[in-house]
Amino acid sequence: MKLFIFLVKRFLRLIITIFLVSTIIFFVIRVIPGDPAAVIAGIDATDEDIEAIRAKLGIDKPLALQYTEWLQRVAIFDFGKSMITDQPVTKLIMKRFPVTLTLAFFGILFGVIIAIPLGVISAVKRWSLWDYLGMAMSQLGMAIPSFWLGIILLLIFAVQFHLFPLFGFGGIKYYILPSLSLGFARAAVILRLTRASMVEELSKEYIVTAKAKGLTERMIKYKHALKNALLPVITVTGIQFGYMLGGAIIIEQVFSLPGLGRLFLTGIYQRDFTLIQGGVVFVAIIFSLINFAVDVMYSLLNPKIRIQ
Amino acid sequence: MEEKALLRVENLHVTFEPKARAVRGVSLEIREREVHGLVGESGSGKTVTSSAVMGILPEPPARINMGKIIFKGKNILELEEEEKRSIRGKEIAMVFQEPAKYLNPAFKIGEQIGEMLRLHLGMSRSEALERTLEILGLVGLGADKRILNSYPHELSGGMKQRAMIAMAISCNPSLVIADEPTTALDVTLQRQILKLIEKLKESLNMSILFISHDLGIVREIANKISVIYAGKIVENAGKEELFEKPLHPYTKLLLLSIPDPEKRGRRLKSIPGKVPDASSVPSGCAFHPRCPIAEDICSAEEPPLVPVKAGENVRGLHLVACHFTGKKWIE
Repeated sequence: MKLFIFLVKRFLRLIITIFLVSTIIFFVIRVIPGDPAAVIAGIDATDEDIEAIRAKLGIDKPLALQYTEWLQRVAIFDFGKSMITDQPVTKLIMKRFPVTLTLAFFGILFGVIIAIPLGVISAVKRWSLWDYLGMAMSQLGMAIPSFWLGIILLLIFAVQFHLFPLFGFGGIKYYILPSLSLGFARAAVILRLTRASMVEELSKEYIVTAKAKGLTERMIKYKHALKNALLPVITVTGIQFGYMLGGAIIIEQVFSLPGLGRLFLTGIYQRDFTLIQGGVVFVAIIFSLINFAVDVMYSLLNPKIRIQ
Repeated sequence: MEEKALLRVENLHVTFEPKARAVRGVSLEIREREVHGLVGESGSGKTVTSSAVMGILPEPPARINMGKIIFKGKNILELEEEEKRSIRGKEIAMVFQEPAKYLNPAFKIGEQIGEMLRLHLGMSRSEALERTLEILGLVGLGADKRILNSYPHELSGGMKQRAMIAMAISCNPSLVIADEPTTALDVTLQRQILKLIEKLKESLNMSILFISHDLGIVREIANKISVIYAGKIVENAGKEELFEKPLHPYTKLLLLSIPDPEKRGRRLKSIPGKVPDASSVPSGCAFHPRCPIAEDICSAEEPPLVPVKAGENVRGLHLVACHFTGKKWIE
């Protein structure tokens, strides 16, 4: 019953989020200067041509009417057709989404693989070589822009050593370098959090109990402290993953990957209202779903949350 | 020979960086099946002493500078870390003051007890489970799986402390250190927990080092009492002896500060001043600034803890550290 109420609440929240996001994006893109009809018609077009295209796209109607029509369509997840290419927006997004999903998945995976072990070791052996290494890495990760790292990785591993393809799109090997460049910045954040969280847990009273129980150092640190320390890490990692699913515009550009980021960027250049609207709502839905998944995971790991 | 000494602490000195002298030569002896009360105000070195015995002092900043802790004939301060670890929890176990903080919030009670059985006694998972149920029954938590599968936050304060005690007795230790086990609980629960500890001590043949700031509570459970002040034992005697014939002025004043139902309505005595900070312990007898009978010698010379010849019905030794024992007394 509790679970049912929880799910219903979550669902309502999702609906409200979608509504708000749809409304805001609808008005925001119409405030930005630029007319999709002018883009489609080209520079030689007459005013009549442009008017005709506006009528065809339906953007000559009163704003209120356009808005209600838009909301109606969002309600059935129909984001309409692209104003420029005339293809259904949903289809365009779904074609690109697997690329972004793969990139985000490997990005977060690299981030976690680097950050969590290093963060834990840094906390356990504070002020050791490992700790300095971890701190240096997280400083670098935060300071280095991921596109720069991407270019450097390309120079080294693609141009110099031919270990990975320079650009293009196909199997997993095309994702390794972009994921690394994306994951490195994530790793920086996750590493700091892991270290701080672990240091805090190691100073808690129950650690004294664990010692008094005669447990081994390993059990104290990697069982008793770690389970508590990972709780905030999981939340943050999940949220980072959510952000990455919105597409990584710059990295996709550097590695010429046809992901969501580039799709949306093109949409913005061309004032493709329907594509931008649909894209933003899509990202909002995905983000909400990821948040929901993170909450469920958190409650599975944190017994205190579960009963509430 | 009567009961053997199970634990002997000899001249223990513990300092905390930079220069706090938390324990300044504590000597204690706990015999088999004895309940030894260690009484003092907060900051007097009770917990530091017990943490040293337990081997859980945070080193650094703490440091054991001198002394011996002899448990079952062996000086545990000289043991390898691995040997010390195998004593902790198995032979000497500890019950802490605030079970809400000292239990791990992320693990079920059953696991927190079971892991000790598996580690120290080499039990299998199913053996440990069975034994855990048995122990939960012993501490009055009911031998059913409900508590076993509960997380600490799902239990009440009293139940948490029972779970903590279950953990402590799980490996059948010969010594349990109970550090203010009832302080965080309300009065009715205090009584229940005291009764439980007493019952367990009888049925499991344990010795108990019972640490408290409250002489009233210690009176109910201990057979021997040491009074500690500013990191030093100032008086040590059997319970009856100590309550009938306290010899140290500090003990006397502590006794006067216990509420007595017969003197209801009258103002309770309190000891003026407070326990000195461990980084600035007064010279001579550390109690002299608060002592009503202090004279010049008290600030100049530290009185040793020595046996006194006391009344006829004295069992065991009565030790006291005061310059004026038998010469001068508080009115």
